[in-house]
Amino acid sequence: MEAHELIMLIYVFVLAIFVGFELITKVPPTLHTPLMSGSNAISGITIVGALLSAGLEEFTVSTILGLIALIFATINVVGGYLVTDRMLKMFKKK
Amino acid sequence: MQTITYIVYLVASVLFIFGIKKLGSPKTARQGNMLSSIGMLLAVVITLFDQRVLTFEYIIIGIVVGSAIGATMALKVPMTGMPQMVGLLNGFGGGASMLVAFAEYYHILNTTGPEIEVATSTTIVLSVLIGAVTFTGSLIAFGKLQGLVTGKVVRYPGQHPLNALLLIAILVAGIMVILDPGKTDLLIGIGIVSLVLGVLLVLPIGGADMPVAISLLNSYSGLAASMTGFVLQNNMLIIAGALVGASGIILTIIMCKGMNRSLMNVVLGGWETAGQGGAAAAGGSEVKGDVKSVDAEELAMIFDAAQNVIIVPGYGMAVAQAQHAVRDLMNVLESKGINVRFAIHPVAGRMPGHMNVLLAEAQVPYDKLYAMEDINDDFPNTDVVFVVGANDVVNPAARNDPSSPIYGMPILNVDYAKTVVVNKRSLNVGYAGISNELFYYPNTLMYFGDAKEAITKLVNELKEL
Repeated sequence: MEAHELIMLIYVFVLAIFVGFELITKVPPTLHTPLMSGSNAISGITIVGALLSAGLEEFTVSTILGLIALIFATINVVGGYLVTDRMLKMFKKK
Repeated sequence: MQTITYIVYLVASVLFIFGIKKLGSPKTARQGNMLSSIGMLLAVVITLFDQRVLTFEYIIIGIVVGSAIGATMALKVPMTGMPQMVGLLNGFGGGASMLVAFAEYYHILNTTGPEIEVATSTTIVLSVLIGAVTFTGSLIAFGKLQGLVTGKVVRYPGQHPLNALLLIAILVAGIMVILDPGKTDLLIGIGIVSLVLGVLLVLPIGGADMPVAISLLNSYSGLAASMTGFVLQNNMLIIAGALVGASGIILTIIMCKGMNRSLMNVVLGGWETAGQGGAAAAGGSEVKGDVKSVDAEELAMIFDAAQNVIIVPGYGMAVAQAQHAVRDLMNVLESKGINVRFAIHPVAGRMPGHMNVLLAEAQVPYDKLYAMEDINDDFPNTDVVFVVGANDVVNPAARNDPSSPIYGMPILNVDYAKTVVVNKRSLNVGYAGISNELFYYPNTLMYFGDAKEAITKLVNELKEL
């Protein structure tokens, strides 16, 4: 990766942080726990990296690491979304 | 194909943003979570078409095993166990980031050799560091919340110098790997030391500070995902990770404000150390005086005569699993035409929003739950305040006693109400190790007993009236 490519990625990173701040300051305290578990599930996006490694043609150390990473990330994604949904189902107005 | 993949990644990123936006209101939150999960599904499916993905055996194994574990955990965990569940999930995210960074490192070594560009090797080192600290830090947080690791503040001599030393070692080794990416052993060393650092950073943090620790680790897990995005040069990962990172930081700031402490102070485990020496050593004026206690029958009559009641839940309610009993109390009071509301302190419980989730589980409508700043002015017009398992967040010493360690912390002004009823098992000090003068106030009544049993008894008395 060239330096200018890295800079472009940093641009995206910084702008996304601003979007995150704007969105999340609007979430009411009542939803803070589901916000945490729901955003947690999103951080399981690392699953994409795990898939790329676990699916390599040749079986190498990368494949093994990828497989473990894939299990971890899938737990994060599936567990995170399901538990968030379970919680949000309970929030009812009178 | 590559273009299609990038477009789908963009769609997924937008779905994550919309998903979080819709989490801003309880009405749309579930839909938001759904949108976000659809984004994730799209991202996963399109990645399977990537030209790099050629074998599917391991992918199928990984997804099946991970889904089974994740789904079982999500469906089995009781609502009172939510803080440790979130802690654990943070850890898996961080662990995955660390492993992906290593996998990618070996892949580059195998395909293009040890000539790795500085930008790439830098992101790999950072990804390993943040991922590893998130992984073990979260596991320790999980252990503390689950009661597997002591929930107390852990201190040992040379703690801070040791952490600083480890961090410096990681940074020096990191620079060496960046300059000479072929140094595989050194990168493994960075990983191991980072894992140790994660343990050492979270171990000193006490139970009552867990809302801060969990929020901070949440932020780290997002940063770790972003770092993986840098390693893979994937904008979607960077965006998703940055959103989570921002979310964790905002929650961390809210939690710190709720305790009137700086982030540094929490991370270094400052406050609760005093509590280990017992109440007297905790600083603050010692409280003496008479405590008035009340029984269920008498208390029922006091409630019966009230028009406005505010219930203040704390971690004790979660420990006693008393949320359903509290709901019954609300119902019986409302059936008598009494106005019942709940006041929630930002750091009540072990994670942001902990009390809200427990009460939602017990089918208490969320519009009856009020944040501190929305209800604090109403206490003087309240007939009865019922404090269930909360202590430090209602301690007037935070307002009156400059020598108290919690002086300056925003509290719920329950003592302004006509009558304050405190349900507690005993007069023991709170998690901050500070005695509570509220218990000795003339308008305070102590209702001793396990929250669940005591409240159930009270509800039965109220029904008989």
